[in-house]
Order: sequence, then C-alpha cells, then structure tokens
Amino acid sequence: MADAEPLLKVEDLRRHFDVSPPALERLLQRKRRVTLKAVDGISFTIGRGETFALVGESGCGKSTVARLIVGLYRPTTGRIVFDGQELARLKRRKSAAPLRRRLQMIFQDPYASLNPRWRVRRIIAEPLRTHGLIANRAALSERIAELLVQVRLSSADGEKFPHEFSGGQRQRISIARALASNPDFLVCDEPTSALDVSVQAQILNLMKDLQRQFGLTYLFISHNLAVIYQMADRVAVMYLGRLVEIATAEQLFAVPRHPYTRLLLETIPTIETTGRRREPVAGEVPNPIDPPPGCSFHPRCPFATSRCRRERPELTDAGGALVACHAVEEGRLPAAQGSWGAG
Amino acid sequence: MSEPLLRVENLRVELPSRRGTLTAIDDVSFTIAPGEVLGVVGESGAGKSLTGAAIIGLLEPPLRVAGGRISLAGRRIDNLPNEAIRRIRGREIAAIFQDPLASLNPLYTVGRQLVETIGTHLDLSPTAARERAFSLLREVGIAGAEERFNHYPHQFSGGMRQRIVIALAIAAHPRLIIADEPTTALDVSIQAQIIGLLKRLCRDHGTAIMLITHDMGVIAETAQRVAVMYAGRIVEIGAVREVISNSRHPYTRGLMDSIPRIGGRRERLHQIEGSMPWLGEIPPGCPFNPRCPEAFDRCRHQRPDLLALAATKAACWLYDKAQAPVQGLVDG
Repeated sequence: MADAEPLLKVEDLRRHFDVSPPALERLLQRKRRVTLKAVDGISFTIGRGETFALVGESGCGKSTVARLIVGLYRPTTGRIVFDGQELARLKRRKSAAPLRRRLQMIFQDPYASLNPRWRVRRIIAEPLRTHGLIANRAALSERIAELLVQVRLSSADGEKFPHEFSGGQRQRISIARALASNPDFLVCDEPTSALDVSVQAQILNLMKDLQRQFGLTYLFISHNLAVIYQMADRVAVMYLGRLVEIATAEQLFAVPRHPYTRLLLETIPTIETTGRRREPVAGEVPNPIDPPPGCSFHPRCPFATSRCRRERPELTDAGGALVACHAVEEGRLPAAQGSWGAG
Repeated sequence: MSEPLLRVENLRVELPSRRGTLTAIDDVSFTIAPGEVLGVVGESGAGKSLTGAAIIGLLEPPLRVAGGRISLAGRRIDNLPNEAIRRIRGREIAAIFQDPLASLNPLYTVGRQLVETIGTHLDLSPTAARERAFSLLREVGIAGAEERFNHYPHQFSGGMRQRIVIALAIAAHPRLIIADEPTTALDVSIQAQIIGLLKRLCRDHGTAIMLITHDMGVIAETAQRVAVMYAGRIVEIGAVREVISNSRHPYTRGLMDSIPRIGGRRERLHQIEGSMPWLGEIPPGCPFNPRCPEAFDRCRHQRPDLLALAATKAACWLYDKAQAPVQGLVDG
C-alpha cells in the first residue's frame, strides 16, 4: 500500500446485536442478556482505485460490514473514515448526504433490490432526485439513457419494468442505479452469487470496465474465492466477526498463511480436480452467539494448542501479510502444499 | 457398459400456455449405469431440474411428459398410474433437493420422520425401524445419533439438515438418487463434506446418482460423466474430463471459459454474449445459434442431433463431416 491517504479507513469496528429473550422472560426464567457480536473489532484500509475483497462463510459478518460502511447500520463502537471524514459522526442527514452520494451499494439479489412497481428509469433516477443532482427533465432522461448504455443496456429499456429483464440484466440495472450519483466507492455484496456463470462473467467484466472508466474503488464481498481471485487487489478473510488474514491477492492465493484460509482454499471444488478426494474437513462454523474462547477457529484447527484455546490472536505482520494466528507467529505452522498457482 | 439402471429416451416435456404449447424438454436421451454419478449441468431455465422431476414423476401440472420413455432397470416407469409411481418414489428412486428445510417437516422430530419413511418402504418391526434410523444417522455422519434422534429440524445446522435429508433418501436403499443442487445452499467447507458423503454412498451401496447442479466444480469432483443442457436439450454429453478440457460444443467451451479459476490469468473473463432464450423464444435450428461465434447457415435452419465424436457426443453441425462448411472449421 502506498503512503497516500486511503479512501476508506475502518478502525476497530464493532457491531453487536441484542438477541436477548424478551424482558419478561428474562425476569421470570432468569435468562441472561444475549449479544451477537456480528462484527467484533476489525480494522482495514482501502486505497483509491483498489478492489478490496472480504471473503468468509455465511454468518461470518461480512454483510454486516457492508451495511455498516454504507450506513444501513450504526457501529456499536469503532470508526469508519471515508476520505478523511468520519461517517458515524455525521448524525444529521444533511451533513451526511454529500458523503453518502459518493458511497453506493450493489446487493446480491437483483430480484429483491429493485422495486417491481417502478419503471427502470424511475429506479435509476431515484438517487439523482434524492441528491438533487439534476435540474430539469430533459437532462434527467439524458442522464438515465447514458447510464443504461454504460451498463450495456439500451436506452429504451428505461420504459420497462424489472420483471421484463433476466437476472443478469437486473444486476446491470442495480449497477446503473449505483452509478447514478457519480460515486467513487461501491460496496458490492455478493454481486454475482445469484447469477449463472456465463452471466457472472459478463457482470464481473462490466465491473472491471467501469472501475477503469470511472476510477472506482470497490469493497467486494463474496464467498467465492475464484471470483475474488479474478477481481481483488487485496483480500481480507473473515471468520466469526474477526479478520484472520489480510494479504494481497497474489500472496493469499500463492502462500495462504492462516489455517482457515488454507481450509477455504482446499475445500473449493474446481474443474481441474476431477475425481479428487478432498481432505475431509471436520466441524462446522460455531454459533456466533457463543463463539469459542481464544482463537475462534481453534475447534476446527489441526494446529491448535492450549494457547489458542485461551488467548485470542491479534493481526500481526507475517512476511508482508497480516495474520491472526499463534501458530504462524510461533513459526510452527508447516508450509502450505503450494498447489494454488498464482506465484 | 453393463445394462443401464436408468434409460431416458427422447424425453419431451411440454408446458401448455395461453400462447400455445411450449416445449420445456426437447428430445433428451441419456442413461445412468448402476453406481454411476451422472452430472447434469446448465444455466437456470435449461431444463435440468425438470428432467429430474420428470423421472420421479413430480412434474407440476400443467407441465407434462409429452413423449419419449423412461425405464428403470428395464421397466418402463413414465406411463405408470400415480399409485405405482408413488411406490417407486422413495423405494427405488429417491430425491434430494437444494433446501433441506423444505424436505423436512418442522413439526416432527427427525427420528419420527426417519422411522415413518422406513416404515413406508420396508417391512420392519418398530424396534428394527428405530435401529435402522440410528444406523442411517451414523452413516451420514451425525454424531450422537441416539440423542439427535429426538431433535427437531430447526435444531440442526444447514449441513446437518442436508445429511438428514440424505439419510431419509437412502432409508430404503434406493437404486437411484436424484440430487438437485444438493450443496448449493451450503458453505464450501460443508459442501465438501456432503459431496464426500454422496460419493461414499455410490461406492458402498452401488447407488447411482443423477447430480443436477450449475456448479461445474462440484461435477468435476463427483461425477464420471456429465450432460450439458441448454434450452431444454442436451448439447454435449460424455466423460467429465473430456467435456471439461476438450469441450466440443461451442456452448460448453464458452461455459468452461467463463468460469473464474484460481491460478489463471487475472484478466477479463471469457463471456458468452446474450442470454439463454426464454422457452417461448427458442430459435429454429440449433438453439444456441444466435450466441454462437461459429454459427453458419445450416445452424439457423436445421436442428443438430447428438453426434458421436471421439470421446463425447455433441449436438453441433461443426462436427458433421459430410456437410461441414470450410469457413466454420477454419474459424474454430
């Protein structure tokens, strides 16, 4: 990472949800308050023009991070600094609006994120109206047509309703809507997970083209490592609300360090592995309401020691990558069986 | 190859609609041998799930089998009365679907559901059925089977629920399992466990599996042969290794190239322009011709059938030596 000021800086971000039983039940049955630590102290920076990927299994908190950054949730503690300004501090809508305009989101499900009763032109015009970016009707139609063409749809498509489009085309509409307010930062939460592979390729290519064209910065959230390999400059691996490894994509795929990263890389089925017998990985992601003490990965980790069961590892520098693992820190982790290419 | 367990010949499924009858599955033929895993891959709407549903007689009206025949171990099953197909379903052919919660009754314990399923298909005493339920739970890798027997579906994680669905599916030793996206809703590490379990079942019991998925990675790892479907037809079928690394049909090739791979070049992905046609708009000739970079005149008028090539079969005029256009081959 260069010395230049990052576009987004996240510091010790936490978001806890109160999932307690109702008050009366707590009183009568002596149940305790229960907190779900969906995001539990994570820090990272994203540079201008960079694609920063967040990968993890379902329930690890990656979508909560996305929602925190675009302001759909307020952080419990911690800071989100966007271009030098702290987002959570901007309490009033008015003062936050200029920053919000520059920060948009693309959702996973292109069927659920578009209003079925609105014509496409109205969907795309909404951010323009919200931010008062367009003076008159003629300019508005012109801008809508321009956006539709930018996402490789036709300007006539503005008159149609979302149900007249396929999944891939709908995702193009969401991208056009996200681009409407001229943002510099896009949070993409599993943007292609609901799409077929050939359509996924179209959308990923489009996102790369748009990034080049408009100098966009992406926070790219996915559970699919192959997609992340294609898209990301740097990757953060998330497990139960914490980051366990941050590295450049080249490093992460060539020399994965954290045992959880290795597990993820080992278990993805790829078309190169006909008939391969995968290492059976025992165990499942623990319940995030009651995560294990120490390193939360230790019950599934083949290298866990008593220290791992007791003491929570912090992210520390390990040969250029940041890794939260006692075994890596103590140098007792065997080298990965480098079969992942990329280096 | 020995006598196939399942033989599907010229299957045709139609959907009557206001605008006339649409053909959802058009002249599909394939076989599955005992103990074999046949992968069926394709994009959503290609007809892969409908093919599975037609085999177990679970097509939802107004969809209907309009032609062809389906036989299981030499016995024709597509024209059986409802009562007879119901006896085959579960007993000889079982199904596993994407969402395990939809296959389980939330109001009954998993033990009760297992015992009930066993009782329906096998002639066992209550005690023996219970014992069989325990051994099934152990077989699909559920620890503490005796305790878990009394739990309800919501008390299990997604991966564990899918294991229970598999236990239900294999309760009566079916000869064929139709697994429709069995791992799609699961995380990758859990996906690997379920795939391992399915493969073990094939090996240990000689169960054949028709594995329907859009995930080529899962197929590469699990299946011996694969059928690629497009717009209700099989466009290519053959050994998995061949279809992946030596695809012959332009659609298969495009599909393989558009899959992001770790270790490949991190540049633009190959993309197939356009999208698969909707049922009512399948073009004449080869259904892929409007998107095919190698299409020539014949592709637009005449429908190609599966042609036997060296190691696979592909439905593509490029390989019809008698009338192949010189230009098409040079471009390819």
